[in-house]
Amino acid sequence: MLTCKEAARLASQGLDRKLGLGEAFALRLHLAICSGCASVAKQMEFLRRAIVRLDARDDQS
Amino acid sequence: MADFRAQVERERAYLLRFAQRQLRDRDAAEDAVQEALLAALGAESSFGGRSNLRTWLTGILKHKIVDQVRRAAREAPLASDADGEEFDALFDARGHWRETPAAWADPDRALQEQQFFVKLEECLAKLPAKAARTFMMREHLGCETDEICKELGVTPTHCWVLIYRARMALRECLQANWFGKRC
Repeated sequence: MLTCKEAARLASQGLDRKLGLGEAFALRLHLAICSGCASVAKQMEFLRRAIVRLDARDDQS
Repeated sequence: MADFRAQVERERAYLLRFAQRQLRDRDAAEDAVQEALLAALGAESSFGGRSNLRTWLTGILKHKIVDQVRRAAREAPLASDADGEEFDALFDARGHWRETPAAWADPDRALQEQQFFVKLEECLAKLPAKAARTFMMREHLGCETDEICKELGVTPTHCWVLIYRARMALRECLQANWFGKRC
């Protein structure tokens, strides 16, 4: 069972590399039962969208 | 030709903002843009109007920015950021959150708000230099981690730690300065 600390790191790495099957499964399991980590994982994906939009916003100006 | 030059010049301000987000240094950003514009003017025939000019220029600029980052990493290596203890402080000894992170209600709505991006830029400016550089290469330039590791001369593991720290610091900063205030 992953700790929250491990899950948060794996959630971040999952955006930068392909997780191994075991890692991906352990992470999914953890996120399914831990609302704090699930929030953080979503927020990391949101940050990615937000950074891309920084430049798109310049387009309008 | 004169027309092409004028079109390229019109993109300068946009390109400068783009470069500055990554390099966090006005002079370095201007150098990268200057190099990109020179390269672009010499390569008009390869553009041939087949794609969006801004997209094409941004592609050239990305290479020039990576060159700058590489040069900077070689000539003036950044001191390591303060140790990651502050993020470990988010967890107790058993690896549980000391304070459970809050969910953000409909975060994508923030992307419609000008003021949100002002806060985001402020939060980015507060990141430690190394974490910021690595994170922005990943999310802003869209580099793969092995490329980032190579240019910065760090191991993949360290690279992932730096990006992780940047993400955690940004979410904390946005929680404190945006989402925590609205929900």
